[in-house]
Amino acid sequence: MTIDLPIIWAGIIGLGVFLYLLLDGFDLGIGLLFPFFDREGERQVMLNTVAPVWDGNETWLVLGGASLYGVFPVAYSTLLPAVYLPVIAMLCGLIFRGVAFELRAKARRTQNLWDLAFIMGSGTATFCQGIILGTLLQGIKIVDGRFAGDAFGWLSPFSVFCGLGLLATYATLGCGWLVMKTDGDLQRRLRILLKPLSLVLLAIIGVVSLWTVLGQPAVAQRWFGGHNFLYFSPVPLLVLTCVIGIFRSADSSHDARAFILMEAVIFLGYSGLLISIFPNIVPPTLTIWAASAPRSSQIFVLVGMVIILPVILCYTALSYWVFRGKVRHGDEGYH
Amino acid sequence: MPESSDVLVLSRLQFAFTISAHIIFPAISIGLANYLAVLEGLWLRTGKLVYRELFFFWSKIFAVGFGMGVVSGVVMSYEFGANWAGFSRVAGSVNGPLLTYEVLTAFFLEAGFLGIMLFGWKRVGARLHFLATVLVALGTLFSTFWILASNSWMQTPQGFEIVDGRIVPLDWLKIVFNPSFPFRLVHMSLAAFIVAATIVAGCAAWHLLNGRRSESITKSFSMAVGMILVAAPIQMIAGDAHGLNTLKYQPAKIAAIEGLWVTERGGTSLNLIGWPDMKEERTKYALSVPHLGSLILTHTWSGEIRGLKEFAPEDRPDSTIVFWSFRIMVGMGLLMLLLGLLGLILRLRNKLHDTRWYQHFALAMGPSGLIALLAGWITTEAGRQPWVVYGVLRTADAVSPLSSQQVGTSLLIFIIVYFLVFGSGIYYMLKLMAKGPHIGDQAAGVQGDVDKSIAQFDRRPMSRPTDPIDE
Repeated sequence: MTIDLPIIWAGIIGLGVFLYLLLDGFDLGIGLLFPFFDREGERQVMLNTVAPVWDGNETWLVLGGASLYGVFPVAYSTLLPAVYLPVIAMLCGLIFRGVAFELRAKARRTQNLWDLAFIMGSGTATFCQGIILGTLLQGIKIVDGRFAGDAFGWLSPFSVFCGLGLLATYATLGCGWLVMKTDGDLQRRLRILLKPLSLVLLAIIGVVSLWTVLGQPAVAQRWFGGHNFLYFSPVPLLVLTCVIGIFRSADSSHDARAFILMEAVIFLGYSGLLISIFPNIVPPTLTIWAASAPRSSQIFVLVGMVIILPVILCYTALSYWVFRGKVRHGDEGYH
Repeated sequence: MPESSDVLVLSRLQFAFTISAHIIFPAISIGLANYLAVLEGLWLRTGKLVYRELFFFWSKIFAVGFGMGVVSGVVMSYEFGANWAGFSRVAGSVNGPLLTYEVLTAFFLEAGFLGIMLFGWKRVGARLHFLATVLVALGTLFSTFWILASNSWMQTPQGFEIVDGRIVPLDWLKIVFNPSFPFRLVHMSLAAFIVAATIVAGCAAWHLLNGRRSESITKSFSMAVGMILVAAPIQMIAGDAHGLNTLKYQPAKIAAIEGLWVTERGGTSLNLIGWPDMKEERTKYALSVPHLGSLILTHTWSGEIRGLKEFAPEDRPDSTIVFWSFRIMVGMGLLMLLLGLLGLILRLRNKLHDTRWYQHFALAMGPSGLIALLAGWITTEAGRQPWVVYGVLRTADAVSPLSSQQVGTSLLIFIIVYFLVFGSGIYYMLKLMAKGPHIGDQAAGVQGDVDKSIAQFDRRPMSRPTDPIDE
């Protein structure tokens, strides 16, 4: 019996993208919350909570791109041209916010410009990632292993709504992260934000889920065909429970609760996405087997992945551990 | 011009622009990361505060460069699929895995320990901190290894077969250690060290010219000039060996570099300067030296080099571009050699830090490493044309099914964004260099006052509110 490599690889890349959503999700979320906080001190504290880890977080996006390229080149070379303009806009958004990280603290006259770059960059990157996910869910026209749709196929009410959905998701996650990493007045005001954020999030999750099921017969069949719904029904129920938990955590004294619950929401939502499209990698026609690179490529990278990925997870954890604890305004030595 | 040809030209322009802008930052990061590891090692070994002062100073500049390298690099990892879908479909099975190894062994390592290196002084011990710095430096070298394996394989592909129009890897050792890889790896690593050395030397020269002669400035000047003295000649030997390798595997590239159209019998002359004209198939205004081409490229008096006319017109790289980009690179190399040798003479006469004309020269040479690096990459990449994978896949067949409006728009956006954002970043790096090692760094130069002086630097490198970048 030969091992079904594409299945293993779908799992690994699935995990990589999930880690990206979790990790870069909260630092992109910080950019989305920036406008609600004071320019002088608070914004810098918010940035400092992620200063030592943000480029590591973004590396998961590069891993996602690179491994898709190496392991599922057909998916990589059809999905990206299909969402060309949103990808370019996302990359530019990431450039603006990445450089703003380095420069906003140093700027005086132009600080508001760098803040704007950080806010707009984070917003654009997030919104475009949502559009890309929405486009993927809706399906991409592929003929003969090549993208065959038109230049603005990604632009639809559904994909725009997915963009808004990801904005709410990252903002809530970022808020949860900041509640965990800050204290005092800043933390109190962040807690207050959790309530409206979780309500908006719940509404958007509901709409996106219904829209997907109503608009995509194949997805509806996946969720409601046969006994499937029995198996899958915990997903929406758990999402609901978690979001209510986030809403209520605004009044609790557990600093990490909202963050952990929001991570669970992302895990559940992401599982829902995978349930909806598997075994396609680019719906509606391209399966993980048809998208695969030759076996020799998949084995070569798998060896490295199996050995190195656990090491990466260890030192990433080390880095978070070294920089654990609250971040305060004017913290000498951690700026 | 047909639509597809527009898309090809625009896509090539976009790739050339984004990768040229990108490579500047990794080159600086590779060179500086290793310099920083040496500085911290020297500090731990000797306890001399001058090394730590320099470490803090250059780590601030490194941090900015690194951040810009990360964000401009994310662009690259998505551009292969977005703009070069044909290339990804056919060759993704080789270049994708190599890039994935780069992410796994290098990018995560750098990003994972960069936080500790820049912000961890108070949170970890000196040894763990040094380990973090060394791992960041190692990460930059691993990154060089994989990306050059990937690029070299595109130049001299082997170890694969083609099944149904797609490349199937057969032997990964042959793929990674392809014929041009060792030469390109050595050449590029040295280039990155030279980039850092010329920048450090230029920065120190500027401060010397402005009458600042603190120990950290004279020290870094000596170190950088010494590095150039050693690295420039080795780089020339490496480049020469690389040239012989290219002659063997990519003879059309060599012919284009030399502006050589007709195969000359009994010894090939070398065009020192001239203007290769692709239409007229000759090199105008050529100033050539008999036998020198054979001597340099074959190491014999009368070795034969095939001229461009032996290759079909559709298989020729653009000689006008690579002829000149190559000469710019070599010219910079010769000037660096001169910089190193003059530095040695002045050093022996004990006048290295007091010779103003030499400092002017070193200052002017500050960007020479980067100029040579870019010119070299333009030579090897434009010289590979019209192939994206040499002899296997043409660039014209690699491009994505996009419209010229899409690619034109994205190119325009990239140009605006890059000039705005990276322009500001580079401006800021220059501002930091102009400030020089902080005055507080010298005040802290008292043994036993380590904690206090660490506290002074232990912050976000670019966040000292006392020196804004825009005033």
